Amino acid sequence: MISEKEIWNVLQEVMDPEIPKVSVVEMGIITGVNINENNFVNIKMTPTFAGCPALDYMKKDIKVKISLLPVSGVNVEVNFDVQWNSNMITDRGRELLKESNFALPNRHNGFVEIEMLTKVECPFCNSNNTILQSTFGPTQCRAIHYCNNCLQSFEQIKPI
Amino acid sequence: MTEFDVTKMKAIKDLLFRMADDELILGHRNSEWTGLGPILEEDIAFSSMAQDKLGHALALYTLLQQTGESDPDTLAFARKETELKCCHLVEYPIGDYAFSLMRHFLFDEAEALRFDMLSDSSFTELANVARKFRGELKYHTMHAETWLNQLGNSNEESLLKMQSALNKCFPLSLGIFEPSDFEKELVESKIFAGEKVLQERWLEKIEKVLNKANLKIPKVNSKDASYGGRKGSHTEYLQPMLEEMTEVYSIDPGAEW
Repeated sequence: MISEKEIWNVLQEVMDPEIPKVSVVEMGIITGVNINENNFVNIKMTPTFAGCPALDYMKKDIKVKISLLPVSGVNVEVNFDVQWNSNMITDRGRELLKESNFALPNRHNGFVEIEMLTKVECPFCNSNNTILQSTFGPTQCRAIHYCNNCLQSFEQIKPI
Repeated sequence: MTEFDVTKMKAIKDLLFRMADDELILGHRNSEWTGLGPILEEDIAFSSMAQDKLGHALALYTLLQQTGESDPDTLAFARKETELKCCHLVEYPIGDYAFSLMRHFLFDEAEALRFDMLSDSSFTELANVARKFRGELKYHTMHAETWLNQLGNSNEESLLKMQSALNKCFPLSLGIFEPSDFEKELVESKIFAGEKVLQERWLEKIEKVLNKANLKIPKVNSKDASYGGRKGSHTEYLQPMLEEMTEVYSIDPGAEW
């Protein structure tokens, strides 16, 4: 029998294709791992945003990598039983996002206010002298900001 | 899957189709701004909101599939115009930016409130999806409200353009709330509190934003509401859009990409 820990270790190697340093585990999008008596693995995942186009890619990647383990089969189920929010990014995930030059979403109590998107700390120089340029960015989960201190544009993982 | 009897299941499917078709069609319309937005940030905003809408459509069509309907691609691309249940507001061409912004405002405020209401639905799977969507929609309504405020308080020309967009969009937007044949079932079984309640909440919400933007809701009477879409009777704009949207799919339905 394969152990749940072995599955989580492999999931740790499945990266978000748009942020290759950060794994699906660190992004907090894996919401369940189940191994039945026949050694069949069922993995539950949920998207950061409902229309995330990277989801299919990650789903396939998980299937391929888990299939290499001694298991009888693997299924990846996408659902909204647990709804992703930005608080679910792990501490390690937050460190890695910062290393990838992303500003972080503030941890929140479930309600996102516009104030959380202003005066975001610049990932390059740590200044708070920044302005929000657009709440929509290159992917659904990112907003665009500008730092008046180091004169750089930067992206933030949106609080949601 | 939460269990419901046959009539309630019909009511649920009707509700899901209305919502999913709105998302699909408006998502497609919003995507028509890609590459044409008046400034880069707006180009990105409309493209990103289009992507969210298609994501919502996919999740809702997936729920339909779980209730026994076809797969999401078939539901989205292989149904005839008369089988679609979208409202007229979402069918109109993008027009000028004032029209698209106003439509986005009126529709997304209603959508945000709808999913707020549905997040306590007795149909658990839908409640879960609704809870997810309302977080995303916060960004849409924030975007719409910022622009309405900006343009309504800018100069005479921008105010005039926004007011004329509102005059055109408002009767169309009432079609969002076209009563369904299943209102009673939906309300009684606590699946959805109904279109009437939603419309009241929506009016209250949009009036606040419009007031701040110096915009006035035009006087309309009940027969001006653009009804019919929910029953499969559509504007002249839907069919040409469907032909374009399904052009590739129709060459080889069911092809693996």
